[in-house]
Parts: sequence; structure tokens; C-alpha cells
Amino acid sequence: MSEVILELKNLKKYFPLPGGQSVKAVDGVSLKLFKGETLGLVGESGCGKSTIAYTVVGMYGATEGEIIYKGTNLAQKGYKRNLQQKGEIQIVFQDPGSSLNSRRNVGKSLELPLKIHTKLNKQERQDRIDELLELVGLPVDFKKRMPRNIGGGERQLVSVARALGSNPEFIILDEPTSALDVSVQAKVISTLIHLQEKLGLSYLFITHDLSLMRNVATRVAILYLGRLCELAPTAEFFHRPLHPYTQMLLSSIPVATDEEEKVKPAQIISEGEIPSPVNVPSGCTFHTRCRDCMDICKVEVPVMIEIEPSHYVCCHKFKEGEPIAAEVE
Amino acid sequence: MTPERKESIVRNWYKFSAGGASVVGLIIVIVIIILAIFAPIIAPYPEDAGAVVKFSESKLPPSSKHLMGTDTMGRDVFSRLLFSLKGTLLMGVLVLAISVPIGFIVGVLAGYYRDTWIETVLMRIVDIFLSVPALVLALAIASIMEPNLRNSMIAITIMWWPWYARLTFGVVSSLRTENYITYAELTGAGLGHIIVKEFLPNTIDQILTKMTLDIGYVIIMGATLSFAGLGEQPPIPALGNMINDGVKFLPDMWWLTIFPAVTIILIVLGFNLVGDGVGNIFNVEGN
Repeated sequence: MSEVILELKNLKKYFPLPGGQSVKAVDGVSLKLFKGETLGLVGESGCGKSTIAYTVVGMYGATEGEIIYKGTNLAQKGYKRNLQQKGEIQIVFQDPGSSLNSRRNVGKSLELPLKIHTKLNKQERQDRIDELLELVGLPVDFKKRMPRNIGGGERQLVSVARALGSNPEFIILDEPTSALDVSVQAKVISTLIHLQEKLGLSYLFITHDLSLMRNVATRVAILYLGRLCELAPTAEFFHRPLHPYTQMLLSSIPVATDEEEKVKPAQIISEGEIPSPVNVPSGCTFHTRCRDCMDICKVEVPVMIEIEPSHYVCCHKFKEGEPIAAEVE
Repeated sequence: MTPERKESIVRNWYKFSAGGASVVGLIIVIVIIILAIFAPIIAPYPEDAGAVVKFSESKLPPSSKHLMGTDTMGRDVFSRLLFSLKGTLLMGVLVLAISVPIGFIVGVLAGYYRDTWIETVLMRIVDIFLSVPALVLALAIASIMEPNLRNSMIAITIMWWPWYARLTFGVVSSLRTENYITYAELTGAGLGHIIVKEFLPNTIDQILTKMTLDIGYVIIMGATLSFAGLGEQPPIPALGNMINDGVKFLPDMWWLTIFPAVTIILIVLGFNLVGDGVGNIFNVEGN
């Protein structure tokens, strides 16, 4: 595969609680993001998806581990990101209501990254704002509109345009469509795909919507309680999910047509709830809900193995080098 | 003027004037401002604003010659009242012009650095000021300085800014976690941009509404200090010291007290009604 843009090495982020305990939001995540791809990061609420996003973008410092962006470790203690890095790594937030200042018009919001990251003069900035709006498929006269006078999807597109203002290489999309109507989601997604092709962007696409990932992601990673369960190219991921948690998630996607019903794995009733990230279960964190739980799962933490080329799984059922057992289908 | 600008002015006027009371307030305020500016022209006896004694005309009740009567030294109360308006309005405007920026800066810093030592230090200082009754504090401060208009303004400013610090702190600390603030930080915007371009536009409504409501209260506070002898000193007229002079002669020479008192009431009423209207424009609840 092509050049690695971002690499997380054993990234951990704990939030201390009063009384000595801590919330282990992200607990040892390692992954690579290649140039021009969309890595879908999927998980239930509270599994640490957004924490990864915020740690990578620099809102929080990492507790442990490395965030290597183009050869520089951004998570080093005391390392302050320079302006260029702040411009190259951009984020689009989940909530379109709060991502734009309601008291500033769209043009002013779009001007901020241009003021900071480019040397354009006033007139050139206005021209660039028109260009950015056209890029995301919004009419140019939107720059005079206030955020409250435009729709949620349009606000999200403005956020995307704002992120593009600093000419980024890598954009973190933190559930960019989950607050939108389905009809509007499609427009935002297709704009994002179009921009990626045109500008060669890399996306870390965070979502809880697995079916969306089927059409958008190059690779999909599943996160459970701050740890990765499975990471595979999208086709492989949906065709042959290995981890019991992945199978549970895939079987719970609602489908509309009979054809879809046929491809879908047999229904696995999900048991229990996601445990608290304060008291993480011993061994494999998923063992409390796993239907294939073995004795070893309760004691020993499984390690991530590459079971097939670029298909990684983190489960005691699979051993490196061994053929995949028949029970998978 | 662009059509949008015109439209927004029309809309804001509609909101302001809803109910009509605010328009009455605005008229009162405008009339008082005009009277204050043109006092030397309007006043029938401009020389009476100073130390003049005319025993032949002293203690006269209101008449066509002296609209509001004359005081013990024979000076025209109406003329003195007109000359006192300038100081009164100046008090309200200057005190707020100084205390609002101070309060805003303190409040915005405390709100932005919420949950750090900066918030603790700034807001505890604010709490100390707010925990002492305002009038007592102002009286104490004014009494240790030379009594004049400027020092009474300083005293009121010192006790007035914490209210704006608290107002701003409340707004800013709730906006602190909005994504657009996070975005500005992440993309490298400076503190100046965040305060002036992101926080200020979201705080200005509440501040302007409180300011128009507050002018009246500042004027009352100023008149109280002046009544206690800590403001403008005689023979320069001020609403407070005129009332103080007249109180000794109640109820016989009622005109010495009633006219300045009614003037204060009118000024405060006017600014409060305007404040309510400004609040309606911004959808802010008045206090």
C-alpha cells in the first residue's frame, strides 16, 4: 500500500477520576492510516471512538503511546504542534449546531483558517471562500448567511469547507452524518467522497453506522472498550467477519431487501451491555458478552494478529499461521 | 444602506417598540439628553448654577417666573436642575464605559480558563466585591477620597464591574466547550481572536441589555453618594445635593426636594424602559 500518513502505536488515553481510578477510554490502540484512504472506525457509544479523534487532533494529550504523523511523534510530552501541523490535520465535528459560531456568518467562519494558514490578502481570501463553497457544492451567496438560517447538512458542508481552508492532507470526520436526516446524509457523504478523489485526502471516519462504512470506507476497524477487535479491508470485512463482536454487530444491521437479508450473517442476539470503561473486564474485554467465550479469554489478553494479509483480528479463537476454522461461515 | 440592513433595522425597531412602553422610555431619555446638552441656552437663569445669592427672591414657590420655585439663596430650581443633568448622565455613561470592559475581560478570562487557578483567583476576587453590599462599599471608598464627582464615579466603578464579570463568566463558561471554540483553538487561532471574534459577539446582547438597564441604577447610586455629600460639592448643582439641601425644609418648601426627586425617577424609568426594549431585540430577559 501507499505511504503511511498517520500511525498510532499503543495509544492510551485515561481520564483520571477522583479516588484514584480512571476511565480507560482508549487502551492500547495501534493502527496505520494510508494516504488517500478512508479508515472507518466503528464502535458502540462510549467505546472511545471520539477520544481517539480528539487525541489525534490534539484536544487531549495522550496518556501513553505514540501518534506518528509524517514521521513526527505528536503525542510526545511537551510537544507543541506547529502551525503547519495544526493546518494539515483538520476535524469535522459531529454536531452541526455547535461547530459554527451562531453569531458569525458563514463567510467569517470560513475566513478563520485562511487568516491563520495562508498569506492571502483580503480580496484573495474572499475569492478563496467562494472557491471553498463551490468545492463542497454550496452556492456562493451562502457566505452572507447566518448558521441558523441554513440546514444541518449545509452547516456540516460548511464545516467541511472550513476544514479544507488550511489545505489539509488528513481530515478526521467525527460522526459527520449521524445528526443529519437520511436524505441529507447522502449528499454530505457523496461530497466527502468526491473531495477525497479530487484532493487526495485521507479520512479517519468515525461512526457507529456499519452499513455506511460498506460504501465509504477503504478499511474498517472495530473498537470495543478502547481496544481494537478487528481491522480489515472493507470487502473482506463484510464478506468474512472473524471476531465474535464483529459478527454480532453485522448481524444486527437492519436490512431492507431480501438480497441483503441473504448476505447477512445469522442473527446473533447481543447479550448484556458494554461494561464500564472504569472497571474493564479481565482478559479479553469482550468475554462477558461473547458467545464463544473460552477459559483463556477470562484470563489472558489476546493480541492483535494478522490472520490474512491486512486482515487483523484480536481473539483467542485465532492463532497466527493457522488456517481459519470452518465455523466462521 | 443595503436592503438587508434596512430590513434588520425595521425588524429590530418592531421588536423594540412592541408594547409601546420602550418608545415612551426612549422619548424621556432623548428629552433629558437634549435638556442636558442645551442647559445653558434653555435655563432661564444660567448664572444660578453657581454661587449666587439673591435674597430678594429666596424661598419662592413655583410660579410662571420660577417654574420650580427658588431655593434658600434665591436661585432658580429649574435652572439648577437643568445644569445638574449633565453630571448625572455623565455619571451613568462613564461608570459603565469603564466598568463594562473591565468586567468583560475578567469574566471572559475566568470563563475561558474555567477549572484552572485563573478562574479561582479571578472569580474569588469578584465574589469578595459582590459579597459586600454595593452602597456600603461605594460609601466607604468614596469617603476615603476627596469628595467630588470624579471620585464618586471611581467608587461606583469599583463596585460595578464585578457584576459584568459574573455575567460574562456565566455566558463564556457555557460556550467554552462549543465546537467552534475547540475548532479555533485546534486550527491555531490566538486568544485575541477567540475573545473578540468568538466570545464577544455571543455576549454582547446580554451586556448591552444589562447596560441600558444599569444606567438608571448607576444614576441612583451617584445621586445617593451626592446626597450623602460624597459627590459633586455645592455650589455646583447635582440632583443628590439639591435633594439634601431641600430635605431640611420639608414639608413647607416641598419644591426644593420633589422636583429633583421626580427627575431622578423619570431618568431611571426612562432608561429601564429602553433597557426592556433592548432586551426584547435580543430576546434577553430583563432583571
